[in-house]
Amino acid sequence: MLEKAIYGGRRYWVWVCFLLSLIGVGFLAYLYQFQNGLGVTGMSRDVSWGLYIGQFTFLVGVAASGVMVVLPYYLHDYKKFGRLTILGEFLAIAAVIMCMLFIFVDLGQPLRVLNVILHPTLNSVMFYDMLVLSGYLFLNVLIGWTVLGAERKEVPPPKWVKPFIILSIAWAPSIHTVTAFLYAGIPGRHFWLTAILAARFLASAFAGGPALLIILAMIVRKYTKFDPGKEAIQTLGKIVTYCMLINVFFLGLELFTAFYSQIPGHMHAFQYLYAGLHGHSQLVPIMWLSSILAVIALALLIFPQIRKNESLLAVACAATFFSLWIDKGFGLVIGGFVPNPFEKITEYWPTLPEALITLAVWSIGFLVLTILYKIAVSVKEEVVFDKYGERQIKAE
Amino acid sequence: MPLSTEGGRVMSMNRREFIKIAGLSSILGIGGVTGVTALKNSVEASQVSKNPEALTAKRWAMVIDMSKFASEEDFQPCLEACHRAHNVPHITDNPKHEVKWIWPETYEHAFPGNEDEYRAEKYQHMPFLMLCNHCENPPCVRVCPTQATYKRKSDGIVMMDMHRCIGCRFCMAGCPYGARSFNYKNPRPYLDESKENPEFPTRMKGVVEKCTLCYERLAKGLEPACVEAAKEVAAKKGTTPGLIFGDLEDPDSEVRKILSERFTIRRKPELGTGPSVYYII
Amino acid sequence: MYNGGKILLGLIIFIALVTAPFWLSGKQATAKPDPKVDTPEILKLPESARQCVESKAYMKKEHMKMLNEWRDWVVRDGVTVYTSTTGKQYTMSLQNTCMKCHSNKSKFCDECHNYASVKPYCWDCHLAPKEEGL
Repeated sequence: MLEKAIYGGRRYWVWVCFLLSLIGVGFLAYLYQFQNGLGVTGMSRDVSWGLYIGQFTFLVGVAASGVMVVLPYYLHDYKKFGRLTILGEFLAIAAVIMCMLFIFVDLGQPLRVLNVILHPTLNSVMFYDMLVLSGYLFLNVLIGWTVLGAERKEVPPPKWVKPFIILSIAWAPSIHTVTAFLYAGIPGRHFWLTAILAARFLASAFAGGPALLIILAMIVRKYTKFDPGKEAIQTLGKIVTYCMLINVFFLGLELFTAFYSQIPGHMHAFQYLYAGLHGHSQLVPIMWLSSILAVIALALLIFPQIRKNESLLAVACAATFFSLWIDKGFGLVIGGFVPNPFEKITEYWPTLPEALITLAVWSIGFLVLTILYKIAVSVKEEVVFDKYGERQIKAE
Repeated sequence: MPLSTEGGRVMSMNRREFIKIAGLSSILGIGGVTGVTALKNSVEASQVSKNPEALTAKRWAMVIDMSKFASEEDFQPCLEACHRAHNVPHITDNPKHEVKWIWPETYEHAFPGNEDEYRAEKYQHMPFLMLCNHCENPPCVRVCPTQATYKRKSDGIVMMDMHRCIGCRFCMAGCPYGARSFNYKNPRPYLDESKENPEFPTRMKGVVEKCTLCYERLAKGLEPACVEAAKEVAAKKGTTPGLIFGDLEDPDSEVRKILSERFTIRRKPELGTGPSVYYII
Repeated sequence: MYNGGKILLGLIIFIALVTAPFWLSGKQATAKPDPKVDTPEILKLPESARQCVESKAYMKKEHMKMLNEWRDWVVRDGVTVYTSTTGKQYTMSLQNTCMKCHSNKSKFCDECHNYASVKPYCWDCHLAPKEEGL
């Protein structure tokens, strides 16, 4: 099936070459970082995690969001998602690969990464994160490839896939809970030390991931003969709406606890992010941008008449995605480190090499996504039947 | 793998099966031999032993008597002794990348959450020495995915194994005391060659470092460098030393004596970390 | 031969790439390693006392593993004394035991390491003794 990725039109190859060039530039930036150390990034003694770990955290959420499509279809026979599941599973694969790459580029001694496996540490959340991410990648590759392969041969998928699918449905929320546990058990970092951090992560994941999936589905529909389905996209839109509402609600809960209790340690990080603290306010504009985008997104999503308009839905999804990308992919990590344990402030902003490496990892993710989607779409463009005997694409 | 048969007669193995069996045997053979030799120890446990002169304790602790640290000349020798003994780099061009094992902070930064605008001036400006607290229940050890940082069972020191550290900096996020530094770049250019200690290694870029309670000196029967420097300062001034070092679980140790006589505070004790560094104010 | 030109060109490039490690390392690959043990510290010792922690054959074969195990004993377990098979006791330390006698890293350690194109990362951290003229 892999050979389907090497047959493509001009547009396909221009896109692939564009991604390859971004990857090339970023790779050179990574060599520069490997040679000179992580000092080429904007990180410091006080802010020891930055853009790389933020992006990792955000992308684990995107990967977990595959369950939002798989669960209704396989557990509740929601037939309308039949054409979306493979797109969700392949998005999960691309996202997990990006997660692993972001961890790798963030390590000070990346060549020693196997130490995590050679010296298993059962009390370390990071050890479990490695396990669950690897497991999730394996599951999605196995399931996606097998189901797609069966569709290509126009036979139902083999029975042994079903238990793996059920396992992946349970596994997906667990990968993001474990990622939340990286933060939520750290004493002394009051911004992260909240019981609802895992709940916030899941809510934002199930809003942001499907938002991206909707946009990808619309792109697939526009540029190929494969149509994931209007109703499927609408249902996904409802999921994004509710999860974004829950996510914003959870943020409100955090703000209440921090500011009604008036405890300085709880308030300081929020003050730094949204208002500035002791004259330091570098992150305030982008945090407010994230909030404004969230309001715009919800305004467009809450009203069914607006949500039914697919162009406006696309705008809402983009707003949701970028709002969450700023909040989780940046604000969350920096907020935990500012102010530092001495109540002093060191600010953080990514440097050019850091940005180029980040762009390269995203490009690798999009390249994997492009190749996998090309294969999936090529298989489905030929008439195929799903497990309910429904045609995947409308006959001409 | 059955051999192909036909009409009751056993036919010879076909090529595919032969390759399968040959491949599997080679992997098991080479893999097995490699595994056995790799796992065999070069050094037997019976060949190694502790230095009889080493200083031992069940739980090392330090008491810092702030009355002995009035001005910079009182504590600067301690900082110098530590950083020189361990080849800690002096990074001046970018404060974001600084590496420090022991350093002073004022009261509001050493004990945040304890601020009081009406506290007497002299306490607000005291130079509290900050270092790794070698906690009883260290969160940094809890989070390390490779046990590159670990708590020594013999004496409670929170150690760093520079050979194993992958530089993930989870320990830096986990430490509530900001005790750890990361080598954002190669530290060697920032070392003063004339002041290098040839008996202790440096670190390389990409690993975390912090105070390790001079484990290498304890192994030879010497007290930590900062404690020794404090003793020298005290001898010159004709007072008692500002750093008192000893075994918290030995009821006859110096630290226990002081703790039973004087009121002390520790940093952020409410977090349950059980810090081993006490301050007499 | 169809596409003969392309095939030959491809073959030449392939052979060049595959043999590159040999012709790129030049003399280093062929010069026989000659580690020198005539450091001033060793020469100060009487002939009878000039023995390493273990025998030459053992060290040649096992020093990599031995150093790794020494490292784990010293750093992770706080155990510092090694009793060699000869009965003598040593402090387990690369910088303070091995390099005290073998103070000529560039003429000792590097000889075989360069030949085998091995770059142990010990020296990124462990300070090699200062050598004259380097």
